[in-house]
Amino acid sequence: MRVFVPISVGGWARLFSRWDVLAVLLILGLLVFLGTASRHLFQPLAELQRSPPSLDPVNLPEYAARTTLRMLVAMALSLLFTFTYATLAAKSRRAERLLIPMLDILQSVPILGFISVTVVFFMALAPGKVLGAEFAAIFAIFTSQAWNMAFSFYQSLRTVPTELIEASRNFRLTPWMSFWRVDVPFAMPQLIWNMMMSMSGSWFFVVASEAISVGNTTVTLPGVGSYIALAIQQQNLRAVGWAIGTMLVVILIYDQVLFRPLVAWADRFRFEQEPGIIAPRSWVLDILRRSRIVDRMTRPFAALWHYTMIPHRPNVEVAVKHAPQTRRGWIAFQSGLIVSVLAALALWQSASFILEGIKLADVGTTLLLGLATLARVVVLIALASAIWVPVGVWVGTRPYAALLVQPVAQFLAAFPANVLFPIVVSLIVAWKLNPNIWLSPLMILGTQWYILFNVIAGASALPAELRAAGANFRIRGWLWWRRIALPAVLPYYVTGAITASGGSWNASIVAEVASWGNERLEAKGLGAYIAQQTDAGNFHHIVLGIAVMSLYVVIINRVFWRPLYLYAERKFRLG
Amino acid sequence: MSTALLDIHGLRHTFPKADGGDLLVLDGIELEVAQGQIVGLLGRTGSGKSTLLRLIAGLAQPSDGTVTYLGQPVNGPAPGIAMVFQGFALFPWLTVLENVQLGLEALGLPEPEIRKRALAAIDLIGLDGYESAYPRELSGGMRQRVGFARALVVHPNILLMDEPFSALDVLTAETLRTDFLELWGDGKLPIKGVILVTHNIEEAVLMCDRILLFSNNPGRIIREIAVDLRQPRNRLDPQFRDLVEKIYVAMTARTPAAQTERQITINTALPRVSANLFSGLIETLAAAPYSGRADLPVLADELHMEIDDLFPVAEAMQMFHFAEVEGGDIKLTDTGKQFVELGTDDRKKLFQRQMLTYIPLAAHIRRVLQERANHVAPRSRFLDELEDHMSTDDAEHTLRAVTAWGRFGEAFAYDDDSGMFSLENPT
Repeated sequence: MRVFVPISVGGWARLFSRWDVLAVLLILGLLVFLGTASRHLFQPLAELQRSPPSLDPVNLPEYAARTTLRMLVAMALSLLFTFTYATLAAKSRRAERLLIPMLDILQSVPILGFISVTVVFFMALAPGKVLGAEFAAIFAIFTSQAWNMAFSFYQSLRTVPTELIEASRNFRLTPWMSFWRVDVPFAMPQLIWNMMMSMSGSWFFVVASEAISVGNTTVTLPGVGSYIALAIQQQNLRAVGWAIGTMLVVILIYDQVLFRPLVAWADRFRFEQEPGIIAPRSWVLDILRRSRIVDRMTRPFAALWHYTMIPHRPNVEVAVKHAPQTRRGWIAFQSGLIVSVLAALALWQSASFILEGIKLADVGTTLLLGLATLARVVVLIALASAIWVPVGVWVGTRPYAALLVQPVAQFLAAFPANVLFPIVVSLIVAWKLNPNIWLSPLMILGTQWYILFNVIAGASALPAELRAAGANFRIRGWLWWRRIALPAVLPYYVTGAITASGGSWNASIVAEVASWGNERLEAKGLGAYIAQQTDAGNFHHIVLGIAVMSLYVVIINRVFWRPLYLYAERKFRLG
Repeated sequence: MSTALLDIHGLRHTFPKADGGDLLVLDGIELEVAQGQIVGLLGRTGSGKSTLLRLIAGLAQPSDGTVTYLGQPVNGPAPGIAMVFQGFALFPWLTVLENVQLGLEALGLPEPEIRKRALAAIDLIGLDGYESAYPRELSGGMRQRVGFARALVVHPNILLMDEPFSALDVLTAETLRTDFLELWGDGKLPIKGVILVTHNIEEAVLMCDRILLFSNNPGRIIREIAVDLRQPRNRLDPQFRDLVEKIYVAMTARTPAAQTERQITINTALPRVSANLFSGLIETLAAAPYSGRADLPVLADELHMEIDDLFPVAEAMQMFHFAEVEGGDIKLTDTGKQFVELGTDDRKKLFQRQMLTYIPLAAHIRRVLQERANHVAPRSRFLDELEDHMSTDDAEHTLRAVTAWGRFGEAFAYDDDSGMFSLENPT
């Protein structure tokens, strides 16, 4: 809540400040953007066919606007999902038992799998309209954004300090009020960081989701993604270049207009306030804050928002729910029963669906193909670690270098690796390389950066005193790496490697099959299998492929990454 | 004096244990708070006094018994009962003014009234000029002033204070106490009664009209002491010192002494006291001016230790038969005096002997290790045994205490990576 300043304080000295002018420009720009980007929504689908996307760069601003709008709508949906799903999981013990494992599984399902399976459903929602295809694309982008945001929010809610919760209860805040005044602010910094990661990650899937083709259903939505797809199909390198340039600009714009202001604004929600850290700033936020017009325009909304916080029923005592021991057991039994019944139903449904069109041999094949992809992921993560851990430590222990490299690494992570596929494919074809080996690096092109910037973060967090102690005892070379650097970055490295490994599985669907015009290269693997079955519109096999891939990811997470993470946290986390 | 502000009758509270049983934390609590009183709840960590405060605040419900506030049973956070927290519990994303206003907004008061009352509370508590500051910009003392302003602005009948000065440095704490007592004495505070939880004996004598002494495990009120000294009170006043001494005597008479009389078993919770602190205190006691015997309040004052620091050491020394505690005094035994004379290695041997003789849990671990062929045993085994008899936290603390002692006395070794106790130290 803002401190109310009487209107006379500003006087009549200046009717409009320059901040007002800038703010009006910003807002107008936003309105124009929304208008252009959304005006085609209710066109019939046939319209799309009549004016197919063209590679003329003149179209790119509009395409970029439409793609960005899709991503923003998906982001809004992801936030809605986060606020409801994660809150329910954090506030209700019973719901938590089901919702958190579910989220874990959802995270492991390859995102492109969601598109193949759901596109028909979404097309049916708005038959014959572009809207249906838009829904499908937005849903696919949503699935690439929502899960980690929900996880971060859930974890934040679980760690709100007890005294803050007690204080808010002692002063009898209504649940709605304490959600917005306590829970959300506490979770905000972490949530915004995850929103940025999600936005970056979703570029990768924009390319796939705008040119949807499942069996006979092919829809191409105008956007940067479909532009890239077309450029690849027509072997137009210049157009690929244009697309990359456009993405660069778009990423820069939303970083400046959306995320930087958010980060600067959310700085006050940081719970631990270490002194000496420079508060992030944003010119956009400064403009919005200093403009009186914006202040006056938003005031009614602020008042409305404030109104929802006022307790309207008499603020009576909120009884503490305290189920007695016996009832607790009964409730646990009941919920256990419901969950098992639901699980059995789901198992029966999917098993019968898959089994309908699948032979046992298919299952064996997919499992074997999964092993091939697994081998790729393992080798690639090992290679990427061997390269980026030393680089990350080197950069992280030099504050100046870290300042320069960190944003670049984050940008590279945002960069959809699929636009680089054409170059790789043409090289493989030209030099007659084995696609089984040389297509593999594509899988990790986009995800290796998570290892790099997590290691940089870990190395910069190494206390100066420990570094000084190392220097004082003249610890150098391999001993320094073994005893100081590697243990210090291990928890961070594991976090990055988990993300990179999950992302590589996801990317395999795109990376194991690559094409450049008529050249089509395939590697043997589960990703290629899913891609082929998607092209053939073979639903049973798509679902089988997705199920096997999720299985692999879940098992690897449970038996390898999670224990490693817990070990690293326990043993090497500083402080 | 009209009706009692607060009436607690037959209160009993348990926490669920890991094995499904219940752990008794508060038992047989009877308490009546009349208008105009400051009541102190004094006890060591684990005496359940903070839990009692939360039950009064309606943040939890007692397992048994009633809490009645102005004739109404407390079933949840009640209007008119406000709390000041040990860690301040300010919302870091709200300014001082917004923090103070929050409780009023929850009451649904009109905006102008909210501002008027918030500014008045800020003015009263000496926070003028800090309205737009964020908590991170304030010192600890200023932050706790915001905590007080936030509690007072809702005009509570009862103010609950949960060790409000314990996170502050000595001088700041004293300033805040004096300011509070002055406002209270002048009748400027919109409150009718105060309940103060503390483990600082002098603080209790300085501020309270009545002091309730709590025993440990489970928390019971073992004694009530009325303080009739006039405000402002002087710490050096002989009557003040007498009261402090009296409370020390009452607390030592009950807790550590009773522990030795009641046979220590394998399942007795052990205080976590480092062997260094042990040796340090024994040496201090042996040297001048104490020469083997000290008055606990004097010792506490001299060493700047509060009862939460001092009592566990005294208790542990008593368990090892290095010292005896009685009547507010601590006295070295012959073994204790012998300890001082020895060099490092011999001290360790003596420590080991005392530990294996008088601490059954240590002897038990040692015996298990000796009986096993490979002389190793997992920690979880002993933890499980302990958890059958105490809370998970206490079991953890007890096992850590005995591990540290076992290491110092070289009675057994422990490897944290594998979670195994063993007889051999790495060679």
